[in-house]
Amino acid sequence: MKLFKSMAFGLAAMGALTAAQSAGAFEPTKPVDFVIMAGKGGGADKMARLMQSIVEANGMSSRPLVPVNKSGGSGAEALVAMMNASDPDHAIMVTLNSFFTTPLRQPGLGVDIMTFAPVGRMAEDTFVLWVHKDEGISSFDEFLAEAKDRGSGWVMGGTGSAQEDQIITNYLNDTYGLEIKYIPYKGGGAVAKDLAGRQINSSVNNPSEALGFYESGDVIPLVAFTDERLPMFPDVPTLRETGQEFAYFMQRAVVGAPGMSDDALAYYTALFDQVYNSPEWQKYKSDKSLLGDYLNGDGLRDYWQTQRERHETILRASGDIK
Amino acid sequence: MDVITLLIDGIFTALQPLNLGLALLGVVIGLFVGAMPGLGSVNGVAILLPFTFVIQQITGSVSSPMIFLAAIYYGAMYGGAISSITLGIPGASTAVATTFDGRPLALQGKADRALVIAALASFVGGTVSTILFTGAAPLLASVALKFGNPEIFALMLLAFATFVGLGGDDIPKTIISICLGLILSAVGFDIISGAPRLLLFDSTAWFSRGIQFLVLAIGVYGIGEMLWTINSTRYKTEMTEARITLGRMRAALAGASEAWKGTLIGSLLGFFVGILPAAGATPGSLMAYGVAKMVSKDPSKFGHGEPDGVAAPESANNSASTGAMLPMMTLGIPGSPTTAVLLAGMVIWGLTPGPRLFTDQPDFVWPLIGSFYISNLIAVVMNLAFIPLFLRVLRMPFTILAPLIFVLSVVGVFAAYQNIYDVWLMLFFGIGAFFLRILNYPLAPAVLAIVLGPIAEPTLRQSLILSDGSWMIFLNRPIAGPITIVAIVLILLPLVGLIRRRLLRR
Repeated sequence: MKLFKSMAFGLAAMGALTAAQSAGAFEPTKPVDFVIMAGKGGGADKMARLMQSIVEANGMSSRPLVPVNKSGGSGAEALVAMMNASDPDHAIMVTLNSFFTTPLRQPGLGVDIMTFAPVGRMAEDTFVLWVHKDEGISSFDEFLAEAKDRGSGWVMGGTGSAQEDQIITNYLNDTYGLEIKYIPYKGGGAVAKDLAGRQINSSVNNPSEALGFYESGDVIPLVAFTDERLPMFPDVPTLRETGQEFAYFMQRAVVGAPGMSDDALAYYTALFDQVYNSPEWQKYKSDKSLLGDYLNGDGLRDYWQTQRERHETILRASGDIK
Repeated sequence: MDVITLLIDGIFTALQPLNLGLALLGVVIGLFVGAMPGLGSVNGVAILLPFTFVIQQITGSVSSPMIFLAAIYYGAMYGGAISSITLGIPGASTAVATTFDGRPLALQGKADRALVIAALASFVGGTVSTILFTGAAPLLASVALKFGNPEIFALMLLAFATFVGLGGDDIPKTIISICLGLILSAVGFDIISGAPRLLLFDSTAWFSRGIQFLVLAIGVYGIGEMLWTINSTRYKTEMTEARITLGRMRAALAGASEAWKGTLIGSLLGFFVGILPAAGATPGSLMAYGVAKMVSKDPSKFGHGEPDGVAAPESANNSASTGAMLPMMTLGIPGSPTTAVLLAGMVIWGLTPGPRLFTDQPDFVWPLIGSFYISNLIAVVMNLAFIPLFLRVLRMPFTILAPLIFVLSVVGVFAAYQNIYDVWLMLFFGIGAFFLRILNYPLAPAVLAIVLGPIAEPTLRQSLILSDGSWMIFLNRPIAGPITIVAIVLILLPLVGLIRRRLLRR
């Protein structure tokens, strides 16, 4: 079985290699900077290190990917570093939605995300509303009633401010006339722990962040902010089912530095296509309730365009940008 | 199966030749990265993480890669003390507090004693915390859950109070030093509002990440200390005496028991701070130093070569690093930067860290705990064996040592963050620290503040959001309340002393 697996890998690798070679035969000539626009230990970081390990373990790249965490300023540091990369052919980055929101909120950075090279979207992370089991709530309707009742006494914890979690919280407040109080945290892990310890009342963690406490029964999912029900939580309805036209995802994509050559882009696209199709990545994707197909090239650019417009509307509505 | 059976099984698994070899290799790598200024356990673990994927494929076991990484983590905790004592540059952030008294001891020609105390205190700290971990991991995890933002802030307040209240140093200067550190820790992007703060020169590259702790620490203790030594030995070429004989070594071993108090404080406090998410080994060691100084009969000896001042931070950083494994494994949240990387590793190996880990993955948990005991034993033996080698460093004349310290500081900071701006900042802090020292300002409080500031500030503000701005939240919660009161009393204590002295004089 193992032998078969590695043979399959070898074949896949050879296939990709010839594909890359025919496209112009770019090969990295030195270690590749693999920038992570978040801190160590967060969702993006875990994912980046998993991709690095998959590349390493299967010998997919002749030169190693070297993860570098640049978490400053909600990704501002990473975006600027990529723009100023001295060798754009050896600089790639793992992104979150701050890829859209940070340039919008800080136009002074002069970042235009459409100049980045669209290597590949590896997944879309999902968001689920969680409460502690002792809250005595088992459905989204009960949640709405209870949150309404407690007004600003209901506390939602989330990662960062004016980012994904707060966008969803604002949406709930606006749509249902709630006054949920939002407390920003540094990372999803701390949010999950404070929900388990009942320091806060609810969270909109990614499944990967809340999974440990879900399995132990401490927290329960109420509603998913997706288009379809998640296979992992077949009994949890989506918000769409309640009649609201709202779904929200976090892009997990790899991008190349602005100015990356077409040959290099073709090489990295093929490389991450292989990573995407590896059994390790597919297992991770299903284990952590990630959705989304592999997107690259113009498909990924179009996706960015839509996402940027959407986030601009959201941030304008919340008053975070003028 | 009860805990003892599980543990014995675990130890036997950890003793299998392959696992033992991995632990040995890990400890050696850890000692090295720990002793190299700038490289700490976090760098060692992050660099070798992809390699563990290979280990997992070879062994087919999930515990072997973790045994390897945990051994690096421990080795680094031992290694950090080496350069702190022999060169005066903290080998890793966790060993900063070790320089406070370790370096003076070395300058007094007692480097062998300092190194032996550091090694033995590390061993005791590591072992005590492993025993606590073995016996009460799930129970302690529930304690950690009770620590919300107000509780953690109260604890930070207590840490500052131990430095102000019973320091024995000049109190206004201590407070100014703390404020300096707090201001430096505020640079960067505000977590709560997302707004940029104190980004001088309008440059994202310089300050958007904030000022990294190691930049300050290496600046102050590497460059600053070097300048100080050059200044104070200007007219004489001084060679630090550092002979090592079997007799001296034996005497040092026998004398190590004098530091039992610091070791005990460090072991227990370190573990407790370690299990709290967000803290970790660096605050643990600094707080242990503060408390050891506080309960000492003669606090004025601290900073001038007090054995307890070496034992407390060293036992604490080892103890805290085991402690930090606890929230990582049982709650799935890292208690320190290194455990954040270990956590990423566990995910890569296909584990789900969290409350069910102990139940679902005994094949992972118990061999790992078994390896904690073994790695600690390996580390202390290797460390003691290498002490004569480390002491050779001290026999170098300072004219050679000073440039070496300079180069190691520059390389260390660059290696840690791969950012040339941080090197300039480090030099700036070094020169600043030198002048502050001439003016008799204690610098340890500033270092403490830049570590604790980024924990204290968000927890303070998150608490106040929670309470709608009422400060009573720190007093009327069952755990936060008593901690806050003790902290306030400690801060006010010197004031009471002052008034009493005035009254007596009348």
